[in-house]
Amino acid sequence: MNGVSMEAGLLLAAILFILGLFGVLIRRNIIFMLISVEIMLNAAGLAFIVAGMRWAQPDGQIMFIFILTMAAAEVSVGLALILQLYHQLKTLDSDAASRMRG
Amino acid sequence: MENLIWLIPALPLLGATLLILFGLKMPRALVPVIGAGSVGGSALLTILLGLQFLSDGVAMYDQQVWQWFNVAGFNPSIGFHMDALTMVFIFVITFVGFLIHLYSAEFMAEDADYSRFFASMNLFVCAMLVLVMADNLVLLYLGWEGVGLCSFLLIGFWYREPANGYAARKAFIITRVGDTAMAIGLFLLFQYFGTLNIQEILTQAPQTWSVGSQTAVLVALLLVGGAVGKSAQLPLQTWLPDAMAGPSPVSALIHAATMVTAGVYLISRTYVLFELAPTAQMVVAFIGAATLLIAGFTALTQNDLKRVLAYSTISQIGYMFLALGVGAWSAAVFHFMIHAFFKALLFLGAGAVIMALHHEHDMFKMGGLRHKMPIVFWTFLIGSASLAAVPLISAGFYSKDQILWLGLAGERGSIILYIAALLGAFVTSIYTFRMVFITFFGEEKTYISHMPGFWIKLPLVVLAILSVFGGFIELPHNFAHFTLFTNYLEPVLPVIVIDEGLSTIEWIFQIVAALVALSGIYIAYLFYLKKPHLVQSIERSRFAMSLHRFWYSGWGFDALYDALFVRPFVYLSKVNRNDGIDFFYTGLANFTRWLNSVFSRTQTGMLRTYMMGVLVGAILIVTISMLL
Amino acid sequence: MILLWMIVILMVGGILAWLSGRINDALPRWISLLAILPNLALAAWIWLAEPAANPKATGAWLMQLNIEWIPQWGVGFDLALDGLSLLMLLLTFVLGFIAVLVSWNEIYNKVGFFHFNLLWVLAGITGVFLTMDLFLFYFFWEVMLIPMYFLIGIWGHENRTYAAYKFFIFTQASGLLMLLAILSLYFIHGSQTGVYTFNYFELLGTSFSPAVGMWLMFGFLAAFLVKLPVVPFHSWLPDAHSQAPTAGSVILAGLLLKTGAYGLLRFVLPFFPEAAQAFAPWAMLLGVIGILYGAILAYSQTDLKRLVAYTSVSHMGFVILGVFAFNELALQGVVMQMITHGLSTGALFILAGFLYDRIHTRDIRKMGGFWATAPKMGVIAMVFVMASLGLPGLGNFIAEFLTLVGSWQANNWLTVFATIGLVLATAYSLRILKKIFYGQNLTDHIIHDLSAREMLIMVPMVLLILWLGLYPQPVIDTAKPSIDEQLQAYTNVPEDRTISLEQPQLILQPADSLSQLNKLKNKGGAYGLK
Repeated sequence: MNGVSMEAGLLLAAILFILGLFGVLIRRNIIFMLISVEIMLNAAGLAFIVAGMRWAQPDGQIMFIFILTMAAAEVSVGLALILQLYHQLKTLDSDAASRMRG
Repeated sequence: MENLIWLIPALPLLGATLLILFGLKMPRALVPVIGAGSVGGSALLTILLGLQFLSDGVAMYDQQVWQWFNVAGFNPSIGFHMDALTMVFIFVITFVGFLIHLYSAEFMAEDADYSRFFASMNLFVCAMLVLVMADNLVLLYLGWEGVGLCSFLLIGFWYREPANGYAARKAFIITRVGDTAMAIGLFLLFQYFGTLNIQEILTQAPQTWSVGSQTAVLVALLLVGGAVGKSAQLPLQTWLPDAMAGPSPVSALIHAATMVTAGVYLISRTYVLFELAPTAQMVVAFIGAATLLIAGFTALTQNDLKRVLAYSTISQIGYMFLALGVGAWSAAVFHFMIHAFFKALLFLGAGAVIMALHHEHDMFKMGGLRHKMPIVFWTFLIGSASLAAVPLISAGFYSKDQILWLGLAGERGSIILYIAALLGAFVTSIYTFRMVFITFFGEEKTYISHMPGFWIKLPLVVLAILSVFGGFIELPHNFAHFTLFTNYLEPVLPVIVIDEGLSTIEWIFQIVAALVALSGIYIAYLFYLKKPHLVQSIERSRFAMSLHRFWYSGWGFDALYDALFVRPFVYLSKVNRNDGIDFFYTGLANFTRWLNSVFSRTQTGMLRTYMMGVLVGAILIVTISMLL
Repeated sequence: MILLWMIVILMVGGILAWLSGRINDALPRWISLLAILPNLALAAWIWLAEPAANPKATGAWLMQLNIEWIPQWGVGFDLALDGLSLLMLLLTFVLGFIAVLVSWNEIYNKVGFFHFNLLWVLAGITGVFLTMDLFLFYFFWEVMLIPMYFLIGIWGHENRTYAAYKFFIFTQASGLLMLLAILSLYFIHGSQTGVYTFNYFELLGTSFSPAVGMWLMFGFLAAFLVKLPVVPFHSWLPDAHSQAPTAGSVILAGLLLKTGAYGLLRFVLPFFPEAAQAFAPWAMLLGVIGILYGAILAYSQTDLKRLVAYTSVSHMGFVILGVFAFNELALQGVVMQMITHGLSTGALFILAGFLYDRIHTRDIRKMGGFWATAPKMGVIAMVFVMASLGLPGLGNFIAEFLTLVGSWQANNWLTVFATIGLVLATAYSLRILKKIFYGQNLTDHIIHDLSAREMLIMVPMVLLILWLGLYPQPVIDTAKPSIDEQLQAYTNVPEDRTISLEQPQLILQPADSLSQLNKLKNKGGAYGLK
């Protein structure tokens, strides 16, 4: 368990987070945006795990379980929304769903 | 008997109430019975009470009907005070008022609003009686404003004509200006005495203020403000000529005999304050002198019969003010009484003429009425003689001569006042007989449509008798020591001190006054009967024409006030009709709306824009927190 | 308990009226009348009953009721009645009764909901006049606001939405400032004494530094001055008054404005004596500006209801002028002004409603010559127009005269300008009469005279205003104990305070002022300063 240093773990988390972030920013397909959000969530979870390991505390893992449940809920709601959106707009392009402007 | 004092104003009030409530339903014949009857009842009561008053020899009757209100020691009551001065006024109001009501019964008989007329007249008599009988200044103020209201209602009686409405409104507003000054005077009096009871103030004032005290002058001047408003004196005289829009009996009762002399009553009632304030008293004298001249010259140029009389009223009240100003209190009240007789007579006569000529007001369209309407002519002539102060035989001579004499010989008299009054007397006799000659002499110009009946003639005759014999109760000192009126008023109003050096040559001044009056009549005869072309040739010169125009317009006061007060006020009001302050609030609302439109533009609806915003925001916050 | 019943009857009556509106249109009207009548009777009974007959009366307070409500926050359901509240309640129920009668033939749309709102406004007003708990006070303040919003917004004239919004935002925003001041007062009192309470009597003794007192007073003033209204916060009023239905205008002018004046008397004066005294000259100045500004604007209005609304602005100027004169004369004048203005302006709005009924316009340029066919209406209109210009013999004169006499003791010059307002009042008042009743009738309508129902509304109002003008003593006596109570904080000033204020303006001669002083000492309480 000591093979991975904290820095490497956090670096991985940061890379994952930035990948996810760019995914959200760049992709127009809503499914991919959702996946990118999941990646960001997992990055945050990974950071918690690494931090928990560093301090030898269980809190990090508890937080990860929180994040996991939340992510699951989010995906279910998100997918339902996407389904509805697709029904209404016949496309998965997020820019098409811009009717809620000011 | 003296417990019935309250009935004197209450009877006309009852009459008014009945007429207001049931006037439209009751038979037409009953209306004048109630209207004139209630005032007649008051007159009868006044005479009985007056007889008792004279035989009792007490100084005054007081009666408190009920406590009006009582706040922190300020406790005016609905209470009446009757002394010699009040008696004179009540007598004139009820008696002349009764005659005028009788006259109106016939004069207004054809009018659709018969009951409204009598209701307003009765209400007026009630308010006027309250004014002169009030034992405190707040109740006096009630009567004061009440007569203003009735004057408003009666000037605008023929309401369909817009001009009448304007005249009514003008009268009310201008007198209200004076009333406001008077109200401030009341505040000041209350501050010093803690009461507004007239008798208490009059006894306390000399102890509180020394002669010439500035506060006393201020109070007196404020009261004069009220008086000049009601009595149509300079500078608030402009409403009275327009007030002639009302029916003639109204002009006779309100705008000649009673209401316009309220100012004279107020000043003589509070004479103690004026004795403490010589400056204010002098102001009163000079207001009177200026007014009597200005109004006299204006009357000289008018064509409308009633307007001549209106300006003459202003001028005659000017004489009363002059008398008050020199401290000739009883002379002022005496002239008030005589003036009430002959001016009411003249207005009623004018009314009869105007009615006969189908509501023609222009004198130059009248003429030759001497033979057609003999009773009206002779009574009108008697009234005119009194107004012009024809020596010895007219009542007006005795009252006016007294003022002229005391204006010079009284302790506060002066030669300037005397000359002004003398000049005024000269002008008076000219315009008076100008009116008589134009109206009743010469050739007939308009067809007579309505001959006056009994109820019109009776008051004329009675008033004519009074206009002749009324003067004999007060004779000049050098005639006989017969000064009934002054003696009668002595318990209330002090007798004036006369310059002893002059009193030996009083007869010279009497002859001068008599000559002036007679020469005025002769000039009128010359210009308007004998050689009318003389007037035309004079009027043709440019100077005379512009002078005529200036006098005709009442010395330009209307135009002046219009430019100074009316137009700025209306302009201010119109320009701000939509309320400038509201622009601030609508501006605030519009600004909020604008902000909304700016910020709502950031809501693009694009998911990725929002995401970008989140990222930039996060980076910013992190950077800032790192920097700090 | 009676006090609680008054509010409950109105609220329950309102709900019943709403529900019964589904059955037919007449039922809500009758229910509303029946809900107001017992209240009117109760208030009249309390007024007429001898004070000795009520053992619970303590000092100025005739009745009190304390129920615990939210004890943890120190909020109680405290109601109390003194002479001032009693007079205000009488006015409320009289005008409420008249408002129902006025709407009888005017409202045909959602009748049930209309009467619900009407009764709830009245309930809110009743609560405001009775409550002795600041939390509850704020609650009732809002209760009267929202139904009024509906009254204007649903049953108003053509521009009603705008007017309703404006009314709501003005009153709500200013009310929030008052809430802020109430909460600060609550916490300051709590931190000083350890007792956290909203009770009026407990908070009465709170002391604070002058600056804090000033700010708290401004919080209260914000609400009351907007409600009164005082120039420059008046601009909601002309819109609200002219757009509201007749009953709404009557209640707005007759009652809602009075809650502002009541608040000044009940809260501002006793809570903040120092701050109020410091602010008094400015407040009086605002009052005078209001009198003149309102009068000038009233003169040029062409919309009859808007004209009357501006006259209200002018008349309410007298209220603030009198309140900040701090003497009994002026305060009695203010109380009279609240009552008589409620009646006279209410009556003018009702007349405007009657005219609207007949010719469907409020534009006075299109009116004229109505005297010919409607003499009764003319006489009654004349009475109220004369009341509005302050003719002696009618109630408004007593009010204005007392106010001015009182304010004269406090400030001469401002009183002079306020008195000039009476001349302007003459100008705008006579304009009403002249435009409507004088001249020729140019409309194609024949103006019918007042019907029996309309006379039933107007005649009592005429009698009331005459009675108040000729024998106002019962009202004065009723108000006196509570006015003394409100003035308690001001009575321990030196006896010759009024004189010392006056001296710089009136140059008195030595002899004058000396005898003046002596006189004052002899007079004792003649100036309301014992």
